[in-house]
Amino acid sequence: MEILVCVKRVPDTSENEIAVNSDGTDIDRDDLVYSVNEWDNYAVEEAIQIVDRVGGKVTVVAVGDDESEEVLRREMAMGAHEGLLLSDDAFAGSDGKGIATILKAAVEKGKYDLVLTGAQADAGAGQVGGMLAAMLDQPYASLVNKIEVIDDKTLKVGREIEGGNQEMNEIQMPCVLSIQTGINEPRYVGIRGIRKVASVEIPVLGASDLGVSSDAVGAAAAKVKVQDYFVPQLGAGAEMLEGSTEEIIDKLIELLKAKGGLK
Amino acid sequence: MAQIFTYITHKGGVADDTALELAAAAKKIDAGAAVTAIVTGTGSDLDAVCNDVAASYSEVWKIDNPALAYPNAEAVRKALINILPAGAILLLPHDTFGMDLGPGLSIKTNSAFVADVADIEGTDGTTLKLVRQEFSGQVSTHVTCDASAGAILNIRPGVCKADESKSAGGKVVDKSGNAGDLKAGRKFLEMVQAEVGDVDITKSDVLVSVGRGIEEQDNIEIAKELAEAMGADLSCSRPIVDAKWMEKSRQVGTSGQTVKPKVYMAMGISGSFQHLGGIKGSPYMIAVNKNPKAPIFQVADVGIVANILEFMPELTEKIKEL
Ligand SMILES: Cc1cc2nc3c(=O)[nH]c(=O)nc-3n(C[C@H](O)[C@H](O)[C@H](O)COP(=O)(O)OP(=O)(O)OC[C@H]3O[C@@H](n4cnc5c(N)ncnc54)[C@H](O)[C@@H]3O)c2cc1C
Repeated sequence: MEILVCVKRVPDTSENEIAVNSDGTDIDRDDLVYSVNEWDNYAVEEAIQIVDRVGGKVTVVAVGDDESEEVLRREMAMGAHEGLLLSDDAFAGSDGKGIATILKAAVEKGKYDLVLTGAQADAGAGQVGGMLAAMLDQPYASLVNKIEVIDDKTLKVGREIEGGNQEMNEIQMPCVLSIQTGINEPRYVGIRGIRKVASVEIPVLGASDLGVSSDAVGAAAAKVKVQDYFVPQLGAGAEMLEGSTEEIIDKLIELLKAKGGLK
Repeated sequence: MAQIFTYITHKGGVADDTALELAAAAKKIDAGAAVTAIVTGTGSDLDAVCNDVAASYSEVWKIDNPALAYPNAEAVRKALINILPAGAILLLPHDTFGMDLGPGLSIKTNSAFVADVADIEGTDGTTLKLVRQEFSGQVSTHVTCDASAGAILNIRPGVCKADESKSAGGKVVDKSGNAGDLKAGRKFLEMVQAEVGDVDITKSDVLVSVGRGIEEQDNIEIAKELAEAMGADLSCSRPIVDAKWMEKSRQVGTSGQTVKPKVYMAMGISGSFQHLGGIKGSPYMIAVNKNPKAPIFQVADVGIVANILEFMPELTEKIKEL
């Protein structure tokens, strides 16, 4: 099976506290630690496991600048066979539809049975997979937490819905699936694994290589635009307990007693 | 302004809470709009839902088709493409169904798409002014959406106060004949219910809940000792279950359990809307987090900036001494 997995380089929220920059035009990007989007990492692991079972090849693709190469290499160290970077100044400022347009062009240059994305990334939109499937006229399932290969045309997939219940579906390939966290346990990637793929060439394709017209992508084509970043003041907020740890704990125990928090 | 529609999700003949929230959301876009609800499904359940929501909408468009008995997003999409007028604005709930339907539908109707809308500030001509969040709620954004060719907006459940006035007095219009061919490449097979665990956290009065701030599997023991000392049950956020450190039945949130404790202790949990969506009944919430800007502090009653790995053992000791 030929599988393409779309991955994104994002600020790692477990390593950074995300703050707004001084003029509110972006988050503060100084000294941020980046990594591969958590959901995408599960998608790559799933693709590798499928290919381990039924054979085939896993390609990882990212839309981004040169620095995205590092996340492609990381996923190749996990076991993805090939990497592909889609990079062009014309792509800057794309909205979800713009990104899906770029990825669609890359999908059509190959011959993939299955395209995987993460269920969502740093902006929490969860839109690229569904858009890509619609552009390709392929079936789609979101929030997938189980994949079973039935035959070379059919998959059985579980979607995780409200309450943790699982909606089982049969889906025809070629198709697009967005992957939910927890579907597997992504393998650890050590420094040695990364070193092994350090010199593998990763092709870079721009707008003209992909046959993407520059007015279909980028800021000018985007119908949805972020105007500014801010931190809202919702309601009164918590009463913050301050002082020495001793004092805080004494106060907290009083509160717990009053509210029925201690038995 | 374009015509505004909402899509009603329902189960067992009962409309979801979002049915009335979306009616309120539509009024935020255009206070004077005559809003139409679209309800798909089949049989008496569908009729019950249509009649129920008619009080809250100017019109209800019913699409009855056996292929829609289970809400398969691909089949629903086909029906919507055939019945939505060009340039329409459609509001969907940002839940697991809306996430499945919205993005693809926007491509097929050539309209703009905005996911997980947290607030609607108004309009400027055909531009919608919206608020979203990024990085699990750590920062918010003002977003503009060019709706001149239509728009699909996925509205976060719970953020628009339901319009309970039931004063629209709408009529149900049967649009089943316009839905067209609903054949889909994806077929619903069955529902597998979530597993039940050893403890039913939905019945707990006091919960000590741990998030990714617990850092390592071995540290779960620290939280367990605190819970034991307090006489509380242990629950968690999703990443703890994804890592297989705790059972799925202990996960609080939209894709886990809905809990209604008296006291909720959020230990190293950032406060994403999917997590908070599983906490009902306004418990007394205590949050401990090392990040003073963590969104959880906006919703908690009491906040403590501390490293939970140091704070929890000290608290446990003190409680044991009581
Ligand atoms: C469809 C869907 C459904 C979902 N359903 C759920 C759900 O049901 N339940 C759920 O919880 N999530 C759910 N999620 C995931 C959700 O979006 C968040 O990713 C998740 O809630 C984050 O969990 P967290 O707060 O533990 O982790 P993080 O967001 O990583 O937060 C960890 C927090 O711990 C703090 N911290 C770190 N170390 C320490 C320390 N030593 N001491 C003190 N504080 C520390 C950090 O400052 C941070 O605030 C869902 C997501 C999707 C897309």
